[in-house]
Amino acid sequence: MSHTSNRTISDAVTAETIATSGSIAPEAVARYAIGLGDDALILAQRLGEWIAHAPELEEDVALGNIALDQLGHARSFLSYASSAWEKTEDDLAYFRDESEFRNRQLFEQPNGDFAQTIARQLVASLYFQALYNALCQSTDQTLAAIAAKAIKEVDYHVDHSVQWLMRLGLGTEFSRERMQHGLNSVWAFVAELFSNDPLTANLEGIAVDPQTLQEEFDRLVKKAIAEAGLTVPTVPAARGGGRAGIHTEFLGPLLAEMQVLARAHPGATW
Amino acid sequence: MSGTKTAITDESSLDEAGAARFAELLANDQRVEPTDWMPEGYRKTLIRQISQHAHSEIIGMQPEGNWITRAPSLKRKAILMAKVQDEAGHGLYLYSAAQTLGIDRETMFEQLITGAAKYSSIFNYPTPTWADMGSIGWLVDGAAICNQVPLCRASYGPYGRAMVRICKEESFHQRQGFEILLHLMRGTEAQRAMAQESVNRWYAPALMMFGPPDDDSPNSRQSMDWNIKRFSNDELRQRFVDMLVPQAEILGVTLPDPHIKWNEERGHFDFGELDWAEFHEVLAGNGPANTIRVARRRQAHEDGAWVREAARAYADARMTEKIAS
Ligand SMILES: [Fe+2]
Ligand SMILES: [Fe+2]
Repeated sequence: MSHTSNRTISDAVTAETIATSGSIAPEAVARYAIGLGDDALILAQRLGEWIAHAPELEEDVALGNIALDQLGHARSFLSYASSAWEKTEDDLAYFRDESEFRNRQLFEQPNGDFAQTIARQLVASLYFQALYNALCQSTDQTLAAIAAKAIKEVDYHVDHSVQWLMRLGLGTEFSRERMQHGLNSVWAFVAELFSNDPLTANLEGIAVDPQTLQEEFDRLVKKAIAEAGLTVPTVPAARGGGRAGIHTEFLGPLLAEMQVLARAHPGATW
Repeated sequence: MSGTKTAITDESSLDEAGAARFAELLANDQRVEPTDWMPEGYRKTLIRQISQHAHSEIIGMQPEGNWITRAPSLKRKAILMAKVQDEAGHGLYLYSAAQTLGIDRETMFEQLITGAAKYSSIFNYPTPTWADMGSIGWLVDGAAICNQVPLCRASYGPYGRAMVRICKEESFHQRQGFEILLHLMRGTEAQRAMAQESVNRWYAPALMMFGPPDDDSPNSRQSMDWNIKRFSNDELRQRFVDMLVPQAEILGVTLPDPHIKWNEERGHFDFGELDWAEFHEVLAGNGPANTIRVARRRQAHEDGAWVREAARAYADARMTEKIAS
């Protein structure tokens, strides 16, 4: 894997270029973008917890790369969203409360062991891949540009998680068990990703209806899990509601940690 | 190289020819490569130095990793994540460089997580405030650059080349650290106080990164003769102070040493004595975070054992499959 310094920060479509472009998101589009931004931000925050704790140094770098990519996507979506209210990405990330976050519940689930993180990554990256592929066609130029840049990175995230799924599924008896357990732990949160999203209402041609993504996702995820010698879990779906601000108990502490310093110095810049 | 067939099979004259070639490379300030003959002491010194350097990069991920989840803006979070990741990359290049000297990574890593190996004692200080992300970048990466730029010319090829790559990124890090402090110093009263308090804590430990004073540094002479080290500890420390003073002025922070004063005659800044007793305490393992740092890496390594084992088993099985088909 190529390792370059501060890669995400120097790429073309960034939070900075969006913030300075002067393009203002219509309010309904901004609300939709917040959901997408929150998904990526909360996942990046979770992946960031791995850095310096991964099973091997190469994984510190790989998970760090993925976290950095996710954070880049989050910043782009949130920057764009914030333009609707003359705010900044940081206003949205640091000064909203838990019930104002719109991320799907999968992303706030704890890392668990490495297999559980890989299970979450498998689901997340296949979902993002399907979503951004469709979002590239959005008639909203900014959303389409963010998705077009993100998709290249997400393709790598899919490879990373599928490779680990294979290694753990077919590695040792113990790793197989852990990997199956990881899948079982996150599976309740899969259905929510494809359930009707109230934020996409009245945004035809701009937003992606998540229900249209499920077929492709199911096909790919089933194939990958079968190849790894594992079974697709059959667990009842969680209640969901992330897009409406309903969250599991895990989001609160995550936000408390993420926001603590910024909130201790309201109005400060960093 | 010259010599008859019988001379080459004779080990001592082979060593002699190698030694002559080694001396010639050093005399011409050329690179020694892994396949060249080298004295055992040179090899051992390099293994020790490069692996300690690699360990420092790896352990150095922790004090900053500590703030990734709490960085106060998304931009700073991204920069910090990228930086900590760069340090992991530095560790990886350096382990590879050390491996060319005939030690494997497992052995080096074992030395790190059992506490047998040393690493830069600077990373045994804690990072209680966000301003420490600024101080580490400005002072710690800054001192690392002063130390490492001359190492780009180290006689051992793989080490010198690794340092060229690393130095580029370190200068990024220093600028980013400076920028963090600059924002704090131009911010609120509380932010300025946070920056000054942090610089107060990191200044002396950063100066100690260059090692003990020259008259108390027994191995330096040999390393200089081998073209590994190019400048003495005190020379490098002086350069660092000369660089810091004007930068501190731009920042508006006060360096915590009342003896800093321009010396016209020497053309350098004078500065006060450092507390070397404290340095030796931290070096001896009694720093504020010594045990935590090693324990954390060991924990990650042990928790990940089953993952590495699975990856190995999977790779082996695939290899067997390939051979069988
Ligand atoms: Fe480094
Ligand atoms: Fe660095």
